Amino acid sequence: MSLGALLLLADGRLPSGGHAHSGGLEPQIANGRVRDVDGLAGFLRGRLATSGLVSAAFAAATCADVGRSAELDAGLDARTPSPALRRASRAQGRALLRAGRAMWPIATIGREPHQPVALGALAAAAGLTPAEAAIAAAHGTITGSASAGVRLLGLDPYAVHALLARLTPECDRIAALAAARSGDPVDELPAAGAPLLDIGAEHHATWEVRLFAS
Amino acid sequence: MHPEPHEHGPDEVPHTHPEPGVDPHLPLDGGPRALRIGIGGPVGSGKTALVAALCRALGDELRLAVVTNDIYTTEDADFLLRNGVLPEERVRAVETGCCPHTAIRDDISANLDAVEDLEEKLGPLDLVLVESGGDNLTATFSKGLIDRQIFVVDVAGGDKVPRKGGPGVTTADLLVINKTDLAPMVGADLSVMDRDARARRHDLPTVFLSLAEDKQATPVADWIRGLVAARV
Repeated sequence: MSLGALLLLADGRLPSGGHAHSGGLEPQIANGRVRDVDGLAGFLRGRLATSGLVSAAFAAATCADVGRSAELDAGLDARTPSPALRRASRAQGRALLRAGRAMWPIATIGREPHQPVALGALAAAAGLTPAEAAIAAAHGTITGSASAGVRLLGLDPYAVHALLARLTPECDRIAALAAARSGDPVDELPAAGAPLLDIGAEHHATWEVRLFAS
Repeated sequence: MHPEPHEHGPDEVPHTHPEPGVDPHLPLDGGPRALRIGIGGPVGSGKTALVAALCRALGDELRLAVVTNDIYTTEDADFLLRNGVLPEERVRAVETGCCPHTAIRDDISANLDAVEDLEEKLGPLDLVLVESGGDNLTATFSKGLIDRQIFVVDVAGGDKVPRKGGPGVTTADLLVINKTDLAPMVGADLSVMDRDARARRHDLPTVFLSLAEDKQATPVADWIRGLVAARV
C-alpha cells in the first residue's frame, strides 16, 4: 500500500473528468429537492448509502481481482437501470483510465469501463488494497456532488466541508462494508439503488440547458 | 537578447524580448492526427462567430470538426448548425460543470474524448477547432489538448484590454481583436490596442477583425492555412 498513491487517486484535482459531473445533484437542485446545506446533507447520505456502497464494492472487487473486470462491469450495467447514468459512469471510467494510464501501468480492461471498475484497476496498478479502493470510491461519491453543490447553489464552502467532515465516519463504514465483500460472486455484491437518481438523470439528459454532464 | 525591460517609443509599455526572432514553440507534429486549435476569450467577444466564419472559409478545403464548451452545452453547437456552416456530425458539445477554464486547462479529459470520438467517427481530419466557453483574461488552453491557441477580445470590451495583459492576451499564438467596426461607436482607439498588444506579445502576431464585414475571417483563416501547410 502507499498512502501517497491513495491520496493522489482520491484528489479532486486528478484530471479524470469528475469536475463536470454533479453525481445527480443538478436535477435535484432544479426540481427544488436540494436548496441548502441541510438538503445537500440528505442527498449525500442517500447517495453514499446507495451508489456509494455499490461503487465502493465494485472498485474493491476489481482491485482484488482485475481478471474479473469484465464480469464486474456487466454487474454494474445490471445495477444501473438509467441509460443516462450508464453513459455517465462509462464516460468517467474512460476519463479516469486516461489519467491512470499516464500514472501507472494499467491492466487492459476495455476502453470505456464503468467508473468503479476503472477506479479498482487504477488502485490495483498503484499497489493499493481493496479496502483503499473502496474508501477512494466512497469518498469520490460524495465529494464530487458536494463541490457541484458549492458551484450550483453558492453554498458556503466551509459549511459544505464541515458536512463532509461529519460524513467521514459513515464514509469509512460504507467502505469497510464494501471491502469486506470484495471476494463475493458478482451477483451477490451490493445492489442498492436510488430511483430518484435514475429518474433525475433521465430528465437531466434531455435538458436543453445543463451545466453538468450528469 | 533584451533581458532588461525597455520601450521603443515614448508611449510604449516597457517589455523584454527573451529570444527575439526565435519561435518559442516546438515544430508542429506532422502525424496523422488533426491540427488542434483552441479558441478562447471573454464572453461575447465573438468566439462562436469566429468559429462559424472559419467553418465557412475552410470547410471546403479542410476536413474540419468543432468541439464547443459553451456554458449552455448546446447553444453554440446550435448556432453553428442553424447557420448551416457545419453538418451536425462534425460538431460536439462538452459540459464543463460551471468551470470552463478547468475543461480546457486542468482537466481536459472530456475535450480529448470529444476530439477522439470525432476522429473515430469521421475518419482522419485536418483541423479540429476547440472553442472554450466564455471566460476571463487568465484562461488558456493546455498544450495536452491543443497545438495552437487563438485568444479573441473585442474593441467594445474596452481598448485597455491588451494593456491589462493576462495569460490569454500575452501568450496566445494569435490574438484576434474583433468588432473593429464598433470602434468609432464605443470610442476605442485601435492604435492604442495595436501598440499595447505589440508590447505585451513581443513577436507573437495580432490581427484586427470585423466579422460583420469579413464573413470569412480572412486573416485568421490564412494564419490557420499556414499552420496546416507547415505540417505536411
